[in-house]
Amino acid sequence: MGLKCVHCGEDCGKYPVMYDGKPFCCHGCKTVYQILNQQDLKQYYEIQPMSGIKVEQEDVGDKYAYLDLDEIKEKLLTFSDGGISKVDLFIPVIHCASCIWLLEHLDTLNPGIIYSNVNFPRKLVSITFKDTEISLRQLVELLASIHYIPEITLDKLDQNETKKSDRDLLIKIGVAGFSLLNVMLYNFPEYLPGGELLGESFTQMFGWLSFVLSLPVVFYSANDYYLSAFKGLKHKIVNIDVPITLGIFTLFIQSTYDILTGRGIGYFDSLVGLVFLLLIGKWYQGKTYRALSFERDYKSYFPVAVTKIINGSEEHIPLSRVVKGDHILIRNRELIPVDSKILKGKANIDYSFVTGESLPVPKEKGEMIFAGGRQIGGTIELEVLKDVEQSYLTQLWNQNDNREETSSHLNMIVNRVSEYFTVTILLIALSAAVYWFFKNPSLATFAFTSVLIIACPCALALTVPFTFGSTMRLFGRKGFYIKNTGVIEKLHSVDTVVFDKTGTLTLSRSMHVEFVGDKLNEDELVMIKSLVSNSSHPLSTTIKDHITVEDKKEIEDFQEIPAMGISGKIDGVKINIGSKKFVMGKEDTTPDSTNVYVFIGEHVKGYFSIHNEYRPGIREVIESMKDKYKLYLLSGDNESERDTLRPLFGDDTALLFHQSPTDKMNFIEKLKADGKKVLMIGDGLNDAGALMKSDVGLTIADDIYSFSPACDGILESTRFGKLFRFIRFTNISMNIVKVSFLISFLYNVIGISFAVQGTLSPLIAAVLMPISSISVVAFATLAVNLSGRRFL
Amino acid sequence: MSVILILIIIGVLVAGGFLAGFIWAVKSGQYDDTHSPAVRMLFDDVKPEKKKMTN
Repeated sequence: MGLKCVHCGEDCGKYPVMYDGKPFCCHGCKTVYQILNQQDLKQYYEIQPMSGIKVEQEDVGDKYAYLDLDEIKEKLLTFSDGGISKVDLFIPVIHCASCIWLLEHLDTLNPGIIYSNVNFPRKLVSITFKDTEISLRQLVELLASIHYIPEITLDKLDQNETKKSDRDLLIKIGVAGFSLLNVMLYNFPEYLPGGELLGESFTQMFGWLSFVLSLPVVFYSANDYYLSAFKGLKHKIVNIDVPITLGIFTLFIQSTYDILTGRGIGYFDSLVGLVFLLLIGKWYQGKTYRALSFERDYKSYFPVAVTKIINGSEEHIPLSRVVKGDHILIRNRELIPVDSKILKGKANIDYSFVTGESLPVPKEKGEMIFAGGRQIGGTIELEVLKDVEQSYLTQLWNQNDNREETSSHLNMIVNRVSEYFTVTILLIALSAAVYWFFKNPSLATFAFTSVLIIACPCALALTVPFTFGSTMRLFGRKGFYIKNTGVIEKLHSVDTVVFDKTGTLTLSRSMHVEFVGDKLNEDELVMIKSLVSNSSHPLSTTIKDHITVEDKKEIEDFQEIPAMGISGKIDGVKINIGSKKFVMGKEDTTPDSTNVYVFIGEHVKGYFSIHNEYRPGIREVIESMKDKYKLYLLSGDNESERDTLRPLFGDDTALLFHQSPTDKMNFIEKLKADGKKVLMIGDGLNDAGALMKSDVGLTIADDIYSFSPACDGILESTRFGKLFRFIRFTNISMNIVKVSFLISFLYNVIGISFAVQGTLSPLIAAVLMPISSISVVAFATLAVNLSGRRFL
Repeated sequence: MSVILILIIIGVLVAGGFLAGFIWAVKSGQYDDTHSPAVRMLFDDVKPEKKKMTN
């Protein structure tokens, strides 16, 4: 092991960049250290050592020039008046105490910044600054210079809305808790021997006090349940909120009646306790990974603004203002936002986003290029052919905007159960009422309401939030983040698994390189490395990284012919590197392979065979899933990997290559039409359509905060080997839910046996209801966590 | 017995005070981020000495 970079903690390799007597892995990291050192912000490295962020390429240039546009500023700034502006920036890389410290000391770096504050769970930093001293663009560039690169998109994902509903729920719980404690206090004497000594007037007063305190609970804290029940009924669905609503109102009306007639002090403690527990369950389940985005569409990936050429001069305009016929400039590593035609320059388009094919495609003047590709190489000028919304890729995404949420909710286990539950309870209540009507009419209504009160499905309604909520937390701790608890149930029912290849099974950025031919000596390796260092083609970069020698030689007559190869002279010796056609003059006949031929001096030395490198753990995952699920592999890439994949997957798995995004989507649709429950595992934007169409779409991500298309779950790539364990664990969760249901039914049987006899006293209700709820909650949480320890 | 009455009134008032406090805390955003304040309080108060801006 070499030295570790002081800034980011990565291995520095053989030749660390030294500064201030400290080793760094690259100049980028050193620069950040320099900036912080100059401003006496060294504490950054003390709070949490080596927590800095490494950035691969730095080409800020005028990338952020669009932030000078008033139109864009207006959208981003949350406040701007009298020279003071405020902005909230989303910085996905915020990860530790050092980040918080540094980002809250931005004022030291630039006096124009007045105040900055980090919201850690949301990965947001709010900055107040004097816009006369530092512009928004300079501010973002400052952040980028210390490697905290903000992610800027114009469509804010309704963040304020979630914030508000989070707060509302907390307040509702607070109100319910306040009422619960007081009401319990008033009801307590009733349950003690000698409680009647308090006297009639006190019982009356306690009753009324309970009534008053339960009003905000019934009409404010619990109102979401009424709404949901109402919505369900409107769609002819008896969801779990229907019996809850029924129970709450029966409790409330019966208790109010008891007080009015002076019969007792009612069941207010049970009522308020029920709502309180239900809300706690909701809060527990509602924990989401706010900083992760599960709902991205193309807008999150495409640039916010582009450089437009108007009468020969460049101007930055927001993407939304780009229209057909515009001339735009695309620089190295920029994404092409709209289908267009090349006017000037040599394009080398990396379509890995769109097709999964990892090698860039060269394009000449006059050729058409599609949105979603990334230019690699020089600057090109394009003529826009379509409106942004009508581009190939954006159309694909817009097509399936409305995910079939409603139909999936139908299948939710708790709603299926609640339907039977509600009907059964109503039948029991009615028959009890009819029975007592003939036997002892005074008890008829009481028996009827008693059944509804005691059978209120509190335990039932708590089972799912707590079981799935715990499962979701557990998954999150292990590096598997799911959008909501419904995903657990859907994962459980999956019977078909479709894998994407590039970036999912293979590592998208890492290649396996092998030289086939004569053994190369040190000198030749130096020559090859020197030549490929001059080219920005990804294959060149791959070969460069593969060769470990450090020397470098001068090159004369360097030439790069797109789609062919590179050539040059070193110390008078000619060297050619490139395709078979370029080096040997013969067409490459091996189908779909990636071979780079080398010619030095007089001879062809051989070729570099370049393969994708597979993710560690892939064998384990495929092996364990092969027997239980029908597997498919879809790849946008060529067939060169078929022979490697075949033994891995076995003969039963269909391996499909050359799949376009639309093909992938249609394939999933076909499987679903055949009644399959499909789990799609992908990564790139090219899978976005397929991920959306599948029952469950999972994304594998190296960095969970960036680049994941809309999906149901995000799996950290380091946890890929555990994929099957996660899926298997959903079965355990489902079993825990079923056992919890059983427990809650047992309590209901006991409760109902009292209720139908007309002997349900508030005391029994007050004991039975909380005990059933709490024991179910305890069982669900404990069972999930214990099995998690064993099986995950 | 009227002492119970007084106790109840005090009880409701105290609990109501806490409820009001809680609602205020939620509304002012104190529950939005429960991580960074815990870290923030451990930072040294002394601001790094401001040097004049070079470059």
